[in-house]
Order: sequence, then structure tokens, then C-alpha cells
Amino acid sequence: MTTISLSNKLTLSPTLMSNLQGLFKSACQIVILPLLGIMIFLLLWSIAAKNIHTSLGDFPGPTAVYQQFHSLYDEHTAERIKADKFYDRQHIRNDKRLAADPSYQVKIRNYTGKETFLDQIVTSLITVTSGFLLAAIIAIPLGIAMGLSKNLNSAVNPIIQIFKPVSPLAWLPLVTMVVSALYVSDDPLVSKSFVNSLLTVTLCSLWPMVINTSIGVSSLDQDLKNVSRVLRLPLFTHIRKIVLPASVPMIFTGMRLSFGVAWMVLIAAEMLAQNPGLGKFVWDEFQNGSSDSLARIMAAVIVIGFIGFVLDRGMLQLQRMASWDKSSTTV
Amino acid sequence: MSILLDISNIDMVFPTPTGGFTALKNVNLKIKKGEFVSLIGHSGCGKSTVLNVVAGLYQATKGGIILSGKEVTEPGPERAVVFQNHSLLPWLTAYQNVELAVEQVFGKTMSKPEKKEWIEHNLKLVHMDHAMNKRPNEISGGMKQRVGIARALAMQPEVLLMDEPFGALDALTRAHMQDSLMEIQNELNNTVIMITHDVDEAVLLSDKIVMMTNGPSATIGEILNVELERPRDRLSLSKDMHYNRLRSEVLTFLYEKQRKVETIRNKTIPATNEPKTA
Repeated sequence: MTTISLSNKLTLSPTLMSNLQGLFKSACQIVILPLLGIMIFLLLWSIAAKNIHTSLGDFPGPTAVYQQFHSLYDEHTAERIKADKFYDRQHIRNDKRLAADPSYQVKIRNYTGKETFLDQIVTSLITVTSGFLLAAIIAIPLGIAMGLSKNLNSAVNPIIQIFKPVSPLAWLPLVTMVVSALYVSDDPLVSKSFVNSLLTVTLCSLWPMVINTSIGVSSLDQDLKNVSRVLRLPLFTHIRKIVLPASVPMIFTGMRLSFGVAWMVLIAAEMLAQNPGLGKFVWDEFQNGSSDSLARIMAAVIVIGFIGFVLDRGMLQLQRMASWDKSSTTV
Repeated sequence: MSILLDISNIDMVFPTPTGGFTALKNVNLKIKKGEFVSLIGHSGCGKSTVLNVVAGLYQATKGGIILSGKEVTEPGPERAVVFQNHSLLPWLTAYQNVELAVEQVFGKTMSKPEKKEWIEHNLKLVHMDHAMNKRPNEISGGMKQRVGIARALAMQPEVLLMDEPFGALDALTRAHMQDSLMEIQNELNNTVIMITHDVDEAVLLSDKIVMMTNGPSATIGEILNVELERPRDRLSLSKDMHYNRLRSEVLTFLYEKQRKVETIRNKTIPATNEPKTA
């Protein structure tokens, strides 16, 4: 009964037909085609995986990687339970000693078990954000100054052009040595390895932000500059009211580029320098060489890609919120 | 009435890779308080250069500008400019655009409610009080230009400089804006220098039409006094003998005495008074 009435409606009303067609078309583009793409990729991947034999066994297919996601999560919960137990035991022991001897100074020792996959993700995210923020604090004022002054731009530009293409791996040994020479403290606030990764990330993600900010500022419309001159705006009001809002779209484009660079650089830095994080996880698994290692590395690769994607979307969203020019924030 | 603005012996030479390009040569003009002066001439003749020198955006190579007894050396709000393409800040609303100017000029002398009232008063003057909270991309070209005028008026300038203020508008909107400007002028009696290349606009609005010769080394060719009764009405003036005589005088200057040789018909004939590099 319902099918008959539906088909009647479809034949009777052409507008409904075209509406449905449009709906189908957009559903196709948003859901069906991407899903199809992923399915084909998974198929090709599993076929290829079966035919690649490495010294650590077959190359992991989608199923093996899926299983490793599960076991990585299980390991994380198991490690957390172990940690909780450790703190419970320590608490009971301390209570006992305190009961026996009231003058006893309670010491809390940190759990020193190995970091799980989830811990590494959190570490990496904190490092990349800190490095990126430090870069932004340096890059945006520098970019504004360069955009405002042609002379400063000519002076600084060659340096930027030379340092911009440098790989993080080249910076890393220098950063490591400088940090271990200068960052000396009995009670360090953060670990040296964190500072190493952070500075490497900063050094590499600085340049796109500086360049984009300076271009955004220097391409300020001459008419708007004239408005500012006629009003005799003082330098800081000029920057705050005219220059900054006008270059916000370009600044955010630079920040988005930089964040992408920062995330890529971070993984490499962590691998090479054995700094905690996702890169170290990958390197450890590679050195470990168990039959699961490749599947676990593949799982990490997917997570790294997914996080990179989410970070980029987050920056885009931020750009949309901050920018007056909505046309500049298309994907 | 006394002379408010004295433009004396202005030369303007722009540096180019092949040597200096003389845009203006020996420009002299005296403007009285409350006078509405139009600068008319073919495009590229240096009208905008004159305005920019008066605004202080360019420095004259020779000669100088004196405004109420003081020499002009830099831009300032007492010589407010209405730019051809409105130049509103696109991230601010109409109200905020005017506010930026009011804050800068009257930030210390006016109280907060006074400033608010003054901003709203100026927007009302150009009939934009209904769209105060709209951004430039949400309003039409004519409305943007109105806000631009409100911003300039809000600075309470001694001289209002208008650089082809209605050049980018369609004919009907332009006529409407001209009527608005006359109405405002009736009320405030500002001293205005306006650049235009619309003959009707010049005759309709001005007390004095300054006609410029073609560049390079452009200078003032003739000055025409427009002694038509105010308020002026475009419809009745169109049949007025005096109006039409003035209009034809400007046309004669532009198309006979200072004819641009660069017309389609005699394109191949070498130009004698045509700028080579500009």
C-alpha cells in the first residue's frame, strides 16, 4: 500500500522528484562517495598487505591494525589499574608508618610505569601546542613589524628564506646541545626532552606565520592607510584598529599552515630525540620488533593523521570565528 | 569673506625611473570660507593630485598650502577626505566607522553620551540612521558613500575634500546623493573642494568651477563663477538659460580648448599635449 502511494507521488509530482534527486545527489557527495573511497582503500590495503612479507611477519592489514587499537586501549586501562593500585599501596604504607611514628614526613612517589599509547598522544598534543604558541608569540609581532617597515623586511627576509626550508632533523642536535648546556636546574619545571621537542617545533613552525603575517600587513589597502593618516591615528591605535583586523585572515592562514608543519615536525623530533610522544612510540615499536610491531605502528600512523586532520579543522573553525572576511575561510 | 585656504604656486614632480614626471605646474587657488569649489578636468590631468596635496597625503615639490594662516605639512582631520571608493573599514559597522573618527577627533573633549549623539546626528544627516549597525558589505554603494560622508562630516573639518565621491555610483543614485549633499551643504555651509568629471554635477553643486588643463604640467585653465540662486533644483535649472550657458562653457573648455587627442577617430595622429609616460 505504501509503496504504491509513494510511486504515485513520485510520478505525480515532478518537483518532489527533483527534490529527492537533489537530496540523493548531496547524500552521495557527503556520505556515500567518501565511504566508497574508504572501502576501496581498505580492500586494496588488505590485498597489498597479504603480499608483503617482512622480517617481522606479514605487513599488517586493516584487521590486524583494528585489533591493535583494541589491545592498545586495553594496555592503557591495565596500566591505569596498576598505577591506581600502586598509589593505594603507597597510601596504606604511609598511613601505617605515620601511625607508628607521628613525626614521619610523608613522601609521595610517582608511579614510574611505562607510558601507554594514550599518554603519548597527550604528551604530543601538549608539546605541539606549546611549541606552536611560542612560535606565534614570536612570529606575529615580528611579521607585523616586517609588514609595516619595508627596511626591516629587506633586512630580515634573507634570513627567513634561508631558515625556512631547514628540516627539523638538522635543528635537533643543535637544540639538544644548547638546551643541555643552558637549561640547567636542580628542580626543572619541565623535562629537557620536552624543551627539545618544543624548541624544534617552534623553530620550524615560525616561518609560515612570519611570512603570512608580514604579507597580510604589507598588502593593507592604501585607502585604509590614508584614512588612518587623515585621522592621525597614533602608531599603536593604527596597528590595533586598522592593521590587525585587516590582516587577521592572512595571519590565520599562516597559523593554520604553521600548525600543520608543527605537527609533522613534532613526530620526527620525538622519533629522533627519544622525547616522549607519538614519535617515540613509533620508534620504540620499531626497535621492539615483535610480530605486532608493524600493526601498532600502522595504528599510530592512522592516529597521527587523524589528529592532524582534527587540528587543522579546529584552526579553520577558529579562523572563521575570528575573521570578518568570511570569504577568505573556505577550505 | 576672508580667504580660508590658499594654494600657492604648487609644483608636483613624481620621480620615475626615466626622470621626474611633472604632474602639476604652478597651481594657484584661493578658496573663501563656505565656498563650494569643484575641480574638473579630463582623467589623468592631476585633479586628484591637487586634492592629495591639500589633504597632506602628498608633499608638493614646490609651493605650499596655507589653511587659516597655518601651513599644511601632513594629513589631519581638519581636512577630512571623502574617498572615491568609500574606504570604510569592512570589519566595522557604519556606526563604528564614524565612531573611530569621532573618538580620534573629539575623544578628549566630548563625554560618552555626547559622542554617541554626535555620531548618530551625523548618520542621520546623511539618512543612514536606519542602517547604523550594518557592515559595509551589507549596504549598497550609495549607502557606503553616505557613511563615508558622515565620517568626514563628523570630524567637523575646516575644509571637506571629496575625491570623485559619486564617481562609482549609477546615475540615479548619483543624482540622489547630489541632492542630499546640497541639503547638507544648506545646513552646514562647509568649505568644500570636490573633484568631479561630471559637468552637470559641477554646475549644480558649486559656487566656483576650477577647470584644469591636460597634463603633464597641468595647471588651472579657467575659473568659472556659478552665481545661481540656492537652493537649486535640478529640474527647473535644466530649463534655466544661465545654467545652460554655464554648462556649455564648461563643455567648451573640456571638449574644445582641452580636447583629449586620444579619441578613436584620430588615434594615429601624434598627440602634442598628451602625457607620454602617465
